[in-house]
Amino acid sequence: MTEQAAARAIGPAAGEAGPKPAPGPEEVIRRVLADLPRHRGVVVDSPPGAGKSTLVVRAAAHIAGTGEPLMIVAQTNEQVDDLVGRLCERHPHLTVGRLSASGYVAPRRVLELPGVTVGTRVQDLGDPDIVIATADKWAWIAGRTWPWAIVDEAYQMRSDKLLRIAGLFDRALFVGDPGQLDPFSIVDGDRWSGLSWDPLQSAVSVLLRHNPDLPVHRLPVSWRLPASAAPVVSRAFYPFTGFRSGTGPGERRLELATGGMGTVHDRALEEAARSGWALLELPNRHTVRTDGEAVQAVAQLAARLLQRGAVAGSEQGERPVTADRIAVGAAHRDQVAAIRNAGLPPEITVDTANRLQGREYDVTIVLHPLSGRRDATAFHLESGRLCVLASRHRHACVVVARAGIAELLDAHPSAEPVQLGVPVKFPDGWEANQSVLDHLAAHRV
Amino acid sequence: MSLLTSLARLRALDEGIAQPIATVRHCHLSARPMVFVPLKLSGEAAAPLAAVLGTDRDRPHLLVVTQPRNRDLRFAWAAELAGVLLPYVEGFLSDTETVERRNADPYERALDAPQLLVPNTAGIAFTRLLGRSTRFRRPDGPYPVPETVPLLGRWLTYFGERAAFPGSSLMLAATEELGRHWASGQSGLEDANLAALLGWITEGPADDAEDPLIWPPAGPATDPGFDAEVLAPAIESGSAERITEALRTQLEPTWRLMWQAVDLLAGLPEGASVAQRWEQDRGSFSGMAAQIAEGAPPQARRDGAVAAASRLARMERAQAAYEVQRAYDDPLVMAEYRLTGEAFAGEVVETDPAHAEGEGRSRKLRPLVVVKTDDPVRLAPGTALGTPQRRGQGAELVSAGDGLVTIKITKGMGRGRTPTPGAVPEVGERVCYSSLTDDFQGSATLPEAEATPWTHGGPPSAYVPTDDDAQEEWS
Amino acid sequence: MNRLDALRGSTPQKPHDARAIAALAANPGCTRRALLDGAGIDKDAAARHLGFPAPFGQSPFAITRGNAFESLVKADGCAELLRMLRELLGLPIAEVAYHDVENVGAHLRHAHTRALFDRAARDGDDAGTVYDHPLLSLRIAGHTAYLEPDVVAFQLGGRFHIVEIKSFAVIDGQADPAAVAAAARQAAVYVLALRRMLAELGHDPLRVAHDVVLVCPENFANRPVATLVDVRRQLGVLERQLTRMTALDRLLDGLPEELTFDLMPGEDGLPTRPAAELADALRRATARYAPDCLSTCDLCFFCRDEARQEGATDLLGRHVRDELGGVGSVGEALGLADGTRAPGEGQEEIARLLRNAERLRRECLA
Repeated sequence: MTEQAAARAIGPAAGEAGPKPAPGPEEVIRRVLADLPRHRGVVVDSPPGAGKSTLVVRAAAHIAGTGEPLMIVAQTNEQVDDLVGRLCERHPHLTVGRLSASGYVAPRRVLELPGVTVGTRVQDLGDPDIVIATADKWAWIAGRTWPWAIVDEAYQMRSDKLLRIAGLFDRALFVGDPGQLDPFSIVDGDRWSGLSWDPLQSAVSVLLRHNPDLPVHRLPVSWRLPASAAPVVSRAFYPFTGFRSGTGPGERRLELATGGMGTVHDRALEEAARSGWALLELPNRHTVRTDGEAVQAVAQLAARLLQRGAVAGSEQGERPVTADRIAVGAAHRDQVAAIRNAGLPPEITVDTANRLQGREYDVTIVLHPLSGRRDATAFHLESGRLCVLASRHRHACVVVARAGIAELLDAHPSAEPVQLGVPVKFPDGWEANQSVLDHLAAHRV
Repeated sequence: MSLLTSLARLRALDEGIAQPIATVRHCHLSARPMVFVPLKLSGEAAAPLAAVLGTDRDRPHLLVVTQPRNRDLRFAWAAELAGVLLPYVEGFLSDTETVERRNADPYERALDAPQLLVPNTAGIAFTRLLGRSTRFRRPDGPYPVPETVPLLGRWLTYFGERAAFPGSSLMLAATEELGRHWASGQSGLEDANLAALLGWITEGPADDAEDPLIWPPAGPATDPGFDAEVLAPAIESGSAERITEALRTQLEPTWRLMWQAVDLLAGLPEGASVAQRWEQDRGSFSGMAAQIAEGAPPQARRDGAVAAASRLARMERAQAAYEVQRAYDDPLVMAEYRLTGEAFAGEVVETDPAHAEGEGRSRKLRPLVVVKTDDPVRLAPGTALGTPQRRGQGAELVSAGDGLVTIKITKGMGRGRTPTPGAVPEVGERVCYSSLTDDFQGSATLPEAEATPWTHGGPPSAYVPTDDDAQEEWS
Repeated sequence: MNRLDALRGSTPQKPHDARAIAALAANPGCTRRALLDGAGIDKDAAARHLGFPAPFGQSPFAITRGNAFESLVKADGCAELLRMLRELLGLPIAEVAYHDVENVGAHLRHAHTRALFDRAARDGDDAGTVYDHPLLSLRIAGHTAYLEPDVVAFQLGGRFHIVEIKSFAVIDGQADPAAVAAAARQAAVYVLALRRMLAELGHDPLRVAHDVVLVCPENFANRPVATLVDVRRQLGVLERQLTRMTALDRLLDGLPEELTFDLMPGEDGLPTRPAAELADALRRATARYAPDCLSTCDLCFFCRDEARQEGATDLLGRHVRDELGGVGSVGEALGLADGTRAPGEGQEEIARLLRNAERLRRECLA
C-alpha cells in the first residue's frame, strides 16, 4: 500500500492542513451517484444516523432507474427486511425480490408489501428490479451476475464474506459506519495479519487496500444525534473526519411531564432532559460484571423515565417516549441478562453493543463498559463499543458508572502487540474513552 | 477462563496443589507419541542447536549441531532429524481404511496417525519456523541439501499449522494440554513453564522450577546464563563432545518432564468425542500424505485470499464444535455454562410424554419435561436446547422460574404418536440441558483461487518455486 | 533538595535510556515503580540487593548477533541502509549523504546534533542525509535523559525519519508482535525527543515523521529489510506518561517525610544498606503487582513474594482479579465460596457467584 493510501484509510496524517469546508449532504449524495458509473467501487462512510439507509434507498432507485438489475447485500435479516420496507415505501413502483434461507419466516410487514416477492432461490423471484438478501444468503447464490450491487453495513462485514459474493457483481457501492465495532472471530487470526486480504479485516479495509484509488465519500450530517451529542461523538470517535448534527441546539427537546422527587435517578433524568447527557455515578468500588447496584440503577432509570411521562419534541413533532423508544445498552451478555431480569417492561430493548449497531432510539441508558473494573482489557477499551453505546439516541443518553474510571484509565498499562503491515486504527480506545469521560464529567449527578 | 477456573486456581493456591478442571481427557493421546524437545540458538529466528526426541522414554535420540555457527552442520542436523521423524510419520501410512464420501470418490484414511508432543507453544512456533526454513530447499542446484530435508520441512510445517487447528491432537504442547485439565495456583503466564506447572500438579509449587540451574528452560530458548557460562566456552573450545554434553544437560530434565506429562494425561479417561476429532486428524494426515505423494509443491509462504478464507471457515467450525463437544463430554466444562445460566442440570420431577401440538395432519408430538434445578437459568423461552444425555435429541425451553424449568422435546423422540421408549427422561432422572448445540450451517463455497475477485486483488500469480527460495541464506 | 532526590539519597542516579522511558507505560498504576523510576533508582541493583534478582538476562549469542547485524546495516557508510531508504522513502539515488555525528567527540555530540538538525530543517531543500550516532535529549521528571537513536534519516522534502535497527527476524512479512511493539515504543521516544528539539529551535515538530523505519533481518538470512511502523499510538501513550512523571509529588504526599530508597552504595558501588531496611522502605510505597510484571519489571520477584505473603488474588492475574470483583485476598474469596465467611457490604454478588461455582465444582467432582 502506498503511504497516501495508508493515510487515507485511517484519516489524514497529523500536521496536514485542516479540512476544506465540507460539502453538504445533498452535494455528497450527488457526488456519490455521479461517481457510480465512473468507478468499479465507491465507498461512503456514514457516521451514526447520517442517512445511510436513505442513501442506500436513493442509490437503489437511481440504479434501478437506469434499467439495470441491482443486488443489495445487508448483514442481518432484520436489516434486509428494514430496507425492503423503506424501498417499497419510497419507491412503490419498484419490484423487489427478497431472498432468504429456507428456515427464515419473513415478517408480515414484508410479505404484505406490493411488489415484493419472497423466495429461497433467485428463480423463484421472477425478474425483479432489485434482489436483496443477507451476505450469508448471497454466498449460496451462483450462476448469475448483476451489473450493480449495494453493500450495506460494509464495515461490519468481514472480508471473507465479501470474497464469497464479490463474483456476483460488476460494480458496487459500499456503505457503512467506520466508527462501530470491527468484525471478529472466535479463532486466532494472527497468521493472516498484515495480508492485504486478511479475512478478519472488514470488507472495506480489504477493498481499499487492493483498490486504493476508489473514491471515499463521507456523509457530513447526523440526523439522529442531537446538537448536544454530535460534537461529543465526532470528537471522540471520528477525530479526523468529523460530522455535525442536522438539528441545531434546542431543536430536540426532552420534557418530563411529571415532577421529580429529587432522587439521583430523577436528577439524572432531569440533567439528561436538560443537556442531552447525564452520568449517574455510583460510589467507587470494584465489582463483578453484573454489579447489582449498577443493574438496579439502570432498571430504575428506565422505569422512572416511563413513569415521568417523557415527551420528545423534535423536527418530527412531539411524541411520548414510549418503552419501544428506549434502549438499554451494556458490554456483556451476562449484564444484559441481569438487566432484563431486573424487571424492565419487555418493550424496552436491552442488548449488547454488538447487537445495538445500526439501531436508533429516543433515549438510551448505558451501563459503562469500564464501570466497577480494576483493569481494562482491549475488549472493554475498544472504541467501537463505546461509540455504538453513545450514539444510538435522538434526544438523550444516560450513562451509569462506578466512580473510578478516570483512575483506571490513568493506571492502564500499554503493551498492545504491534503487527507489521497492519494499518493503525484510530481513534485509540483509550483516547476515545478519555474524551467521552471528560465530557460526561460535566453532567455528573 | 471462567470464574469456575478462577475458583480452582484460588483453591490450588490455598491448598498448595493444582486442582482438576476437567473430568475427562479432551485430547487424543497416542500409544506411541513422538516427544520432541528442540533448542535453538539465541538471537536467531530458527537456527537449531539441539533436540531430544523419540517414542521410547528410555531411548531418546539426542541430535546436536556440534558447531552451531556452521551452516552446513545445521542442514546435516536437519537431515538427522528427518532420519528419525520421517520413518515415524511414514510408518502410519500403510494401514488404512476406505472411507466413502458423498459427492466425491472414496479415499484411504490412515488407521492411526503420528502425534508430536512438544513442551510449550514456543516449541510449536519453532517447529513451524523450522519447517518454513527447510521446505523450500532443494536436493539439487547450487545449494543442495540432503534429500530428506525439504520433505521434513513440509511435514514440520504441516504439524505446526495443524496445531493451530481447534481440537486437533496431531501436535500438542504439554503446557497447554496440562493447563486445560488442571488449574495451578499461579498465573497463566507462569503456567508456560513446564517444570513449574508439573510441580503444581504433582508435588506442589517449588521455586526450583524457576531456577535454570535446577530446571533448565524447556526450550526452544536456552538460559542466557547457560549460553554465557557453559555453551559459549564449549563452542570456543571447538570440542563437539563438550558441546554435546553441555546441551544434554539442558535437554534431559525436560525429556523426563515430558514423559511425566504424558503419564498424567494418560491417567485421565478419554472424552467421548475425542475419537471423532482424532478421526478428522487421521483424515487430514492422510490428505497431506496424498498431496506429497502426488507431487504437490510445498506449502505457500502465506495463505492466498481464498485459502485464508477457507482455512478460517474450517477453523471456526472446528472451534465451535470443539467447545460444544468439550461441554457435552465433561460435566465440569458444562458447569461453566451452568454458572452463566446458559445450561442447567437437575432432576426430572414431571413429564408429559404424550404431549402434542397442533391438530390433524399437523399434529406434532412434543413431550414435556419439567426439571427442578438449583442453577440460575438465563435462557429465554423458545431457546433451542441440546442435552449430553441424549445427543441426537433437540428440545426447546418453554418456561423457567422458581427453580423449575419446563422444556419440550422437538427432535429425536420418534415419529409415532408416542415417543420411542427411553427418548423421554423418567421422573427422578438427572438431566442437563444447554443452549450449546452443534447445529452448524455449512459454509458456502468459495471461488477458485484463479477466480479471486477484484476486491481481493484478483487472481494471484501462480506460485513457481524459484532458486531464490531454495538458496535463501540460513545464517 | 526535591523529594525524589531525597528518595534516591546517596545512590547515583541511573540515567534513563529510551528503553527505560518506554517502559514507564508498563504499569503506571504501580506507585512503587513510579517512584523508583522518577527518582532514577537502579531497580535491578535494588532487586539483587534484596535477594530477588530479576529474571532477565541476554544471551551473549543474541548480543553478538545484534551487534553483527547493526554493523552489517551500517557498513560502508550505511550503504545497505541507504539502499532500503531509497526504496522506502524515495530518497534520491545519487545525492544521499552520510553524516556520522560521533566524529566530533562524545561531549559535543548533543550540541552538534542540534546544530546539524537545525540547519537541515532550515535549508529544507537539502538533499537526503543519513545521520549516524546522533544524540538527543528529553526532560523526564526534572532530569535530562540523553538518547541515542540508531540512525536518523533526513528526507528530501524536509521530513526526518527515525531508523530503528533490530535483530529479530521478519519472516514472510511478519515479526514477533511483542518485539515490534517494544521497538515501536522505543522509537516513539526518539520521535518525541527530536520533535521537542525541533520545536525548541523554532521549527515545525511534525516534520519528524510518525512513521519510523524498522530495519530487521529478513527471513532466515542476514539480509536486512525495512518496514514503516506507525508509532502515533505509542507517542500518545508516551506523552501521557511523561506528563504523569511531572506529577509524582502527589504519590509522595501520603508517605513519611524521612522515607528513602537509598541503596547507600559503598566505595565499590555495591549497596551497603541492610536489605531488610530497604525492603521495609519499599513496602511503604504500594506496589500493584500483576504477573505481567514478570516480563517488564526488575523488581517483579520481590513484589510477587510480597503478594504471596499477603495471599493476594493479584498473583493469579489481572483477569482473575477483575472477575472476583472487589475481593483482593485468596482467603476471603475462598471463605465466601464455601460460605464460612459472610459477605461484606457490596460483596453479595460475588459471594453468590462464588458459592454457586463452589457448589458446581463439588457436584461435578464428587
